[in-house]
Amino acid sequence: MTTFADSSPPATAVMRPSRRTVRTLALYALAIPLAIMFATPFAFSLGSSLKSVSEIHAFPPTFLPAVPQWTNYVAVFSLRGVPFERFYMNSAVITGSALVGTVITAAISAYGFARFRWPGRDFMFMVLLSTLVLPEEVVLIPKFLMFNNVPKALIGKTLIDTYWPLILPSWFGGGAFNVFLLRQFFMQVPREFDEAAVIDGASSWQIFWMIMLPLSRPALATVAIFSFLGHWNDFIHPLIYLNTSDKFPLSLGLRYFQQQPTDAMEPREHLLMAASLLMVAPAIAIYLAAQRYFVRGIVMSGIKG
Amino acid sequence: MATNVAALAVTSRFAPRGLRARDFVGWLWASPWILGFLLWTLGPMLWSLYLAFTQYNIIRTPLFVGFDNFTRAIQGADRLFWPSLGRTFAWAFVMVPLSLAGSLLTALLLNQGLRGTALLRTIFFIPSLTPAVALAVLWRWIYQPDFGGLNHLLRSAGVTSPPGWLTDQSLSMPSLMVMTLWGAVGGGTMLIFLAGLQGVPQELYEAAEIDGAGRTARFRHVTLPLLTPTIFFNLVIGIIAALRTFTTAFVATGGGPNYSTWFYILHLYQTAFQNLELGYASALAWIFFVLVVGLTTMNLRLSRRWVYYESEAAS
Repeated sequence: MTTFADSSPPATAVMRPSRRTVRTLALYALAIPLAIMFATPFAFSLGSSLKSVSEIHAFPPTFLPAVPQWTNYVAVFSLRGVPFERFYMNSAVITGSALVGTVITAAISAYGFARFRWPGRDFMFMVLLSTLVLPEEVVLIPKFLMFNNVPKALIGKTLIDTYWPLILPSWFGGGAFNVFLLRQFFMQVPREFDEAAVIDGASSWQIFWMIMLPLSRPALATVAIFSFLGHWNDFIHPLIYLNTSDKFPLSLGLRYFQQQPTDAMEPREHLLMAASLLMVAPAIAIYLAAQRYFVRGIVMSGIKG
Repeated sequence: MATNVAALAVTSRFAPRGLRARDFVGWLWASPWILGFLLWTLGPMLWSLYLAFTQYNIIRTPLFVGFDNFTRAIQGADRLFWPSLGRTFAWAFVMVPLSLAGSLLTALLLNQGLRGTALLRTIFFIPSLTPAVALAVLWRWIYQPDFGGLNHLLRSAGVTSPPGWLTDQSLSMPSLMVMTLWGAVGGGTMLIFLAGLQGVPQELYEAAEIDGAGRTARFRHVTLPLLTPTIFFNLVIGIIAALRTFTTAFVATGGGPNYSTWFYILHLYQTAFQNLELGYASALAWIFFVLVVGLTTMNLRLSRRWVYYESEAAS
C-alpha cells in the first residue's frame, strides 16, 4: 500500500518492494543492537537487585538470579544504619513543597509577562531568557551564605541543615524555564476570553484563576513534571545544605548507603541496586503516565524564537 | 485591559508621573520571579563578585586581597586549577559532538516510521530519567572489577584479566564518558531533534525527490539546513551541561584516581565547602562564569554563519 505513496519513476517500481524491505531490515539491524545497549545496564542492575546474598558475590558472576528475591525491595526499607524509608519521605517532602511553590509562582509570574504591558517588561523578559544559560554554580557560595549568615544575624540561628534552602527559592517564580514555558502557553490563549470577562466585571485575579489556569492544565502539568524531576534528582544542593543523615533526601541517602563500609561476609550490592531502582521508579512511572506532556514540554524548550 | 480597582486606589497615590496603575498590576504579577531574580541570582552574583576579591572562611570577616585570588589560580599556585579546567573543556570537546551525533542518529532512527517506534523511544529515553546519583551507583556496580557485569561479559568473551574501569587512571575518563552518554543520548536532546525533524515540510522532500535527489542528497540539502537551528540550540545547552559536570564524577570516582576525573566544579566544591576557602572559590566561580558566558556569546556570533532560519517567525 505505502509503496505507491512514493513518487518514483515507474521503471523501478518492480524493484521497489525488495529495496524497501532491505532498507527496513537495515534499520532494524541498527535499532535492535542500539536498544539492547540502552536496556542492558538496567537489565543487569534489575537482575542484581533480585539476587540473594550468596549470589551477589558469586564467582564467576551470573547475569540473572536463580530465584528472584523480590523481598529485597522490602528489605531495603529495614536496613541497619541506613534509614531508607526516611530518605524516601524526606525526598517526598522536599520535592512536594518545592513543586507546589514552582507551579503557583511560575504561573503568577508568567501571567504578568504574558498579559500586561509594563515599563521594562521586554527588558526583564530578555533577562529571564539569559538566565536560562546561566551556570548556577556562580551563586552557590553566596546562596549558602544567605542561608547561613543572614538568618544568623536576623533570628540568631542558621538555616543550614534545614529544608528552607531547598524549598524557599522555588517559591520565587520557580526558575526562568518554567516562567518561560507558561508565558508561551498563556500567549496562545485568545485575548477575547479576557476581554469578555472584563466586560462581565472580572478582576485580573479572577481572569487568571477562572480562565488562564483551567485552560493551561497541560502546561501546568508539564511544569509540575519538570519540577518534580529537578528536585527529586537534585544532588548538589542537598549536599551543600544538609549535614544530618536523618534529613537526607534519596540522592544523598543513596550515596550514604553506597559509602557504608561493606562487610565481606554480608555484601549489600543487591540492596543498593534495589534502592537505586526505587529512586528511579517514580520518574519512570510519571513518564509512562504523562508521556505527551513530557514530550511536549521538552519540545517547547527547543523552539524558542 | 483588566484593572483591579483596589490596586488602582492603592498605587495611584504613589505612582510617578507618566506611570499608570495598570503598569503596577503587571509588575505585581511578575514580581515573584523578579524578586527571585534579585534575591537568588543578581544579589548573590554581586556578593560572589565581591568575595572573589577577598580571603574568607566564614568565621572571620572577609579580608580584601585585590587580585590575589585570580593570580593564585592563573599563575599556577593552585596546582589543580589548570588541569581541572583543561580536563573539563577537553571533556566538553569530546562529549558534546558525541552526544549530539548520538542523539541525532537515534532521532533519525525514530523518524523512519518503523514498527515499534514508541517502544524504541521509551527504551532510548528511560536512561535519561535516571537521577545522576542512581546512574553513578548503577554504573559503579557494572564497572566493578570482580563481580561487575562488564568484566563478566569480557571474561566470557575470553579476556583473561579485564581492567578496573574506574580505578585505572587511564580508563576512568572514558568510562565516565560511556556512562554519561548512556544517560544523555536518548534524553531531551533526542526529543528536540525528533521534533525538529518532524517540522521539516514534507513538500520539500517531495520537490527534492522530483529533482532527482537521493536519500543522502535530501538529508544533506534539505534535512540538515532546516535542522541547523535545532542543532544550534542543542549545541549551546549541551556545552553548558558538559562544562557543569559534577554529580556523576563526584559519586562514581570522587574525582580520582589520582585526580584523573577532577572536574572544574568538583574543584570549586572542594575549595568552597571542604576547604572553606570561600573567597578563592568565588574567584573560581567567576572565572567559570566568564568563560561560559564568553563561549555562549561566541557561539551566538558564529551561529550567523551556519544557522539557517527559514523564516524569522517571532515567538
